[in-house]
Amino acid sequence: MATITIREALNQALREELARDEKVFLMGEEVAEYDGAYKVTKGLLNEFGPKRVIDTPITELGFAGLGVGAAMAGLRPIVEFMTFNFSILATDQIINSAAKMLYMSGGQFNIPIVFRGPGGSAFQVSSQHSQALESWYAYFPGLKVVMPSTPADAKGLLKSSIRDDDPVIFIEQERMYGQKGEVPDDPDFTIPLGVADIKREGTDVTIVARSLMVPIALKAAETLEQQGVSCEVIDPRTIRPLDIDTIVESVKKTNRLVVAEESHPICGVNAEISAQIMERAFDHLDAPVKRVSGADVPMPYAKNLETLALPDVNRIVAAVREVAYLD
Amino acid sequence: MPARLPSLIIRPFMSKQTAAPPSAAKAEEQQSSTGAGVMDAPTDVDQEQLKRERDTAKEQQKDRLAGLSPDHLIELYRQMLLIRRFEEKSAEVYVAGKIGGFCHLYIGQEAVGVGAIAALRKDDYVLASYREHGLALAKGMSARSIMAELFGKVTGCSRGKGGSMHMFDKELGFLGGHAIVGGQIPLATGTAFASKYQGTDQVTLCFFGEAAVNQGAFHESLNMAQLWKLPCIYICENNQYGMGTSLARAMSLRDIAQKACAYEMAAEFVDGMDVLAVREATMRAVERARKDYLPTLLEIRTYRFMGHSMSDPGNYRTRAEIEKYQERDPIKLFSASLLEEKVVDEKALEEIDRKVREEVEDSLRFAEESPVPDPEELYTNVYANPIDPSRK
Repeated sequence: MATITIREALNQALREELARDEKVFLMGEEVAEYDGAYKVTKGLLNEFGPKRVIDTPITELGFAGLGVGAAMAGLRPIVEFMTFNFSILATDQIINSAAKMLYMSGGQFNIPIVFRGPGGSAFQVSSQHSQALESWYAYFPGLKVVMPSTPADAKGLLKSSIRDDDPVIFIEQERMYGQKGEVPDDPDFTIPLGVADIKREGTDVTIVARSLMVPIALKAAETLEQQGVSCEVIDPRTIRPLDIDTIVESVKKTNRLVVAEESHPICGVNAEISAQIMERAFDHLDAPVKRVSGADVPMPYAKNLETLALPDVNRIVAAVREVAYLD
Repeated sequence: MPARLPSLIIRPFMSKQTAAPPSAAKAEEQQSSTGAGVMDAPTDVDQEQLKRERDTAKEQQKDRLAGLSPDHLIELYRQMLLIRRFEEKSAEVYVAGKIGGFCHLYIGQEAVGVGAIAALRKDDYVLASYREHGLALAKGMSARSIMAELFGKVTGCSRGKGGSMHMFDKELGFLGGHAIVGGQIPLATGTAFASKYQGTDQVTLCFFGEAAVNQGAFHESLNMAQLWKLPCIYICENNQYGMGTSLARAMSLRDIAQKACAYEMAAEFVDGMDVLAVREATMRAVERARKDYLPTLLEIRTYRFMGHSMSDPGNYRTRAEIEKYQERDPIKLFSASLLEEKVVDEKALEEIDRKVREEVEDSLRFAEESPVPDPEELYTNVYANPIDPSRK
């Protein structure tokens, strides 16, 4: 086991999958000569050449659609969005082409493509460059949505996503690229899509968190441990399909649930998890499900306001204490 | 390579213009044509002029006939007629309530699809917009599989899940009907990319209407195709109306082939009422694509005789305008050329029509008798690798 960053783990996954399958290619803005805007694709041009690692013009709708077309003709594209904010321009091709092609062609054209890049909040870049879009993509049948929170998950899930025969939205967290962790050395190490991971076991309250919220939830759990509350922290890792069974089993044990996310609260993934838990585990709940979400405002620039817009350890601690009726 | 701009073969239906901004007078003229209910096409038809055009078109087509085998010519004619009869039947059964949703007919545009696809090999790709029944037929898909799809039957080419706007046949390289205007253009650029990546010499034909040219998808795709030298042939079927909005009301530079200049792409204007002109222009483009991976933009000028869709009363254009173009009917023109050049006689043409009608009737019976999709089909084909939530 080597200790590496999420950035390096993603880089390894890309390198190994490019080496493994000639049909895999990587395209996006600044992925080749510039080594990637966030250096996730560092060295790949050197190793695989310009046929396999391709710099695109700034033309998100165009290259997203080109990727889907290439997948229809037998290739396995990895399309990088410099950030997922720019994927908004490409949503027509992601939603109307990639997600629906298999269905509307009666099963003839599956689309093995990965759309990946950083998403979620970044550091003081204001409203257009700092937002979480997973609930958009998770809405659509036909797409799979993956959000890793550790280097090992990042590597194992990206490799599975590239090998998957369906379109996968793979959202990395812009603030987390430098986070370190242990990653298995086995080049065939993968993590299956659709399986949640229990990041910390506990007995009193379940916290479901993803992406940036996972380390924050773990810190909150540490604080709460000192206050005598045992928290179980679950990272779904895949938003669609959602491993609701693991969450239900945990709630049956703890009878209390807090869901944490950095995205806006309305129509979000937290709302979906809350609804499913009400349907599946209502009789096991000893308190209403508590949501902790990002503020319902566009992301501000000013440092103090930005901090206020994002959930933190204190808000998760307070939510857990609320569902445990401790205050 | 500078764009090639051969002279127009058909009389331009709009004033010839350059990329220069329109003068104030011109702007005013355009303004005045945008009022509700105003016909922006001439209401009177110069019969003499029309006859001269027809004769010229016929002479040009006869020149193109030389050297082509009668079998090939007859096959082109048969395909065009099959599309015409198929679409007439589609309209009939649509009105009878047997087809749901939208239904965009190809009547009037048959020479474009048949001529262009005649220039292809079987393993080449075709992608299209939602006006694609005729293109699917020309690519070799059976009338049965298309009619059954219109009927929402499981025997349809997309198992009843796509309908009129989403016809697919992987075996035959027909990669869909796509229903967001211009959406198929990046996709086609991608299949061309894949051909080059895999070192095959397959080419892609991408069909779209002229209104799609105003979409970003068109410009983004042409830029990448020329930049990366991709074997894609962009076929703009200029039928002059984006639904009910005429070209004059929607596009600043209306000589669409000229837009290829912006990307240093080869381009041609083509008479879309002459199946052989379309075939020849596409063959030139296919050769460029197959040999040198070079894309081409073809602006093929045509006319749809029917409304945008079956629900379109068409009150934005005049009866006279439609009649004028019906005089330039691509099937009438071709049959006249074939008769005058003695490739066929009247009897042979009647026999073709009889067989084509039979084929369409057969497709209708097949569609009527086919089963609807099993209710379980609702949840199939969503994922190629479905993840079973209860597997653990």
